[in-house]
Amino acid sequence: MKKLFLVTSYLLLSVAVFAQTEAPKAKKLPSVTIKDINGKTINTAEISNNGKPVIISFWALWCKPCQKELSTIAEVYEEWQKETGVKLVAVSIDDARSSSRVLPTVNGNNWNYQVLLDVNGDFKRAMNVNMIPHTFLLNGKGEIVWQHTSFAEGSELELIELVRKLNKGEDISVKK
Amino acid sequence: MTKFTFAKHSFIIFFICVFPLLLTAQNVLNSGSIQGNFQLDAQYYQKDSSIGANDVSEKMLMNAFANIIYTNGNFTTGLRYESYRNPMLGFDNRYKGSGIAYRYATYNADQFEITVGNFYEQFGSGMIFRTYEERNLGYDNAMDGIRVKFNPIQGIMLKAIVGTQRFFWDVGPGILRGGDAEFVLNDMITSLNENPTRITFGGSVISKYQPTEEILYDASKKYVLPENVAAFAGRLNVSRGKINVSTEYAYKANDPNAQNNFIYRHGEALLLTASYSQKGLGVIVSAKRIDNMAFKSKRTEVGNMLNINYLPALTKQHAYSLSAIYPYATQPNGEMGVQAEVVYTVPKNTVLGGKYGTEIKLNYSRANDIDRKALNDTTAINEKGTQGYTSNFFKFGKELYFQDFNIEILKKINSRLKGSLSWVNLVYNQAVIEGHPGLPTVYANILIADITYKLTATKAIKTELQHLSTKQDDKNWVMGMVEYSIAPLWFFSVSDQYNYGNSGEKIHYYNLGMGYNKSSSRIQLSYGKQREGILCVGGVCRQVPAAYGFNITLTSSF
Repeated sequence: MKKLFLVTSYLLLSVAVFAQTEAPKAKKLPSVTIKDINGKTINTAEISNNGKPVIISFWALWCKPCQKELSTIAEVYEEWQKETGVKLVAVSIDDARSSSRVLPTVNGNNWNYQVLLDVNGDFKRAMNVNMIPHTFLLNGKGEIVWQHTSFAEGSELELIELVRKLNKGEDISVKK
Repeated sequence: MTKFTFAKHSFIIFFICVFPLLLTAQNVLNSGSIQGNFQLDAQYYQKDSSIGANDVSEKMLMNAFANIIYTNGNFTTGLRYESYRNPMLGFDNRYKGSGIAYRYATYNADQFEITVGNFYEQFGSGMIFRTYEERNLGYDNAMDGIRVKFNPIQGIMLKAIVGTQRFFWDVGPGILRGGDAEFVLNDMITSLNENPTRITFGGSVISKYQPTEEILYDASKKYVLPENVAAFAGRLNVSRGKINVSTEYAYKANDPNAQNNFIYRHGEALLLTASYSQKGLGVIVSAKRIDNMAFKSKRTEVGNMLNINYLPALTKQHAYSLSAIYPYATQPNGEMGVQAEVVYTVPKNTVLGGKYGTEIKLNYSRANDIDRKALNDTTAINEKGTQGYTSNFFKFGKELYFQDFNIEILKKINSRLKGSLSWVNLVYNQAVIEGHPGLPTVYANILIADITYKLTATKAIKTELQHLSTKQDDKNWVMGMVEYSIAPLWFFSVSDQYNYGNSGEKIHYYNLGMGYNKSSSRIQLSYGKQREGILCVGGVCRQVPAAYGFNITLTSSF
């Protein structure tokens, strides 16, 4: 009986200690140092948008669906920004072969995105991107709340709908 | 009361000690985060002698990997488990097996970042050092060793590395030591922070050590081999407003190896790029020279593995299946290349621009051999055991390796219909690029129409029509594809490639495919025939054998 008491109190004590610890943290952007198309060094953990949602899209010059996604959003980007304040960060994973062609392509296409150059795939690996296009959505606190691979016509409608929900304070993360 | 013995109460002792530990461990895990991804590719192979698809004795082959990354504050650790049971056709059979192929731990302390284990790193544009992976090509030259990054003041980044390189399930024999320094002038000097002229410069050094070994020059003589081979590079990037200019020069000490036919000549490479861009217009011109820059951490290695450096090809990487039939790969033993590209968007509400604007992309690239002269009258060019040749730095060699002129026009007609038209004109020196002397140079013209029609806001039909005409190699190809997509979850496709104009059997390379995407998971199924060809991503190419059968790809991130 005494033994049982000891064991029980021991367990309870241990659990009490355990209960004090914090809840699991939400996923945030990993810290990777890469450059933007203007040659400025950026720490990816510091990507933010004044409390508004951020879309991060991994793409490359050799990826047709990626460029389709960026061109499609470019047509409505101004409206999206006015309505929701969302910002899109386009992360090019082109390597030294074509990374220098990214800036002229972005400007030639009239894309008004923040564009980062992940020439050796460091950010891509830290974000566990296998195939592109791979798009992430961050809420105003910088937490990764949604992600999607591939692009098909109309996928952008789901994306902006999610941004609107985030702005209303709804929780859009997939429940496990 | 019974006597307390360790043996008798070992369970209780174990319980008392381990239980809180388990909880503590859980604590640690809770305050950190675990992320990762997974991919599986498998194919069930059927025999088809008409396309050269051989019988596979395993019937099914599979490649799979999973990355798991654990992050807690400034500490990150991760591993990648790979499994090739057995490697799919086209992947090197030396990958056969399963295991942890990549593991590392990184600690980040303010100005320092220290990594032990495996890592990928690139100095400058990579011409003397780049380790990277292309999982879909089976390419991985990851370092196994130590890396330290040091950021003494804003705008200065110093890196140092030591280690060996991955070679399938082992590491190569060469030890690499090196360092890189980069200075972003505008970040270093406060008064230049907002200056419109931005200057970045850097330099790097790599030294390879491989013990000498016995490699015979002829029956009686052996090569005197350098054990240490050093390479240096310097780079500069200047930008002001719409103009951006960057250059890198690399030098490698003499390094007789199997790829350069054991010549003792030094290596050199130069890369120069200038671009001008403003809203609606981007122009870029680049040039490069590569001379004897094959650099591997094993002297006798040929092929794709153990590359220390990366020599970018200055050619456009085509995305359509017929324009990608003849891809170019950099010739490390010597090439002179140029590339020019213009991207222009004809503004909206003009005659050519229409309601939505029209985008035009022009690209030209060319690669030749370098100029080579024999050392003297009695020594052949690139004779083994000699200095190899002399070369005029600025002169193009006579032999053309590759030329590509292409134009692409993208146009949105109305809110439902959009498309693009492309024309590609290629000259492809098959003998040099594929390393099969005697094969003819291929002259090909490719036309591609890509049309997408939106049925509803989220349903669309995409069609691709492609045609390749050439009098060489396998002669003409025609290809058609229809894809139906229901955003954001589903896609279905059917395609056929047909080869005609040649004397052989006429074959339809048909393919049926479907895919399902749910958040970060994707499953893709396809059935059909795949033609033999070369698949290139990034810097490396892989020979893809003809295959027939059922294919599944499963990918997920978490």
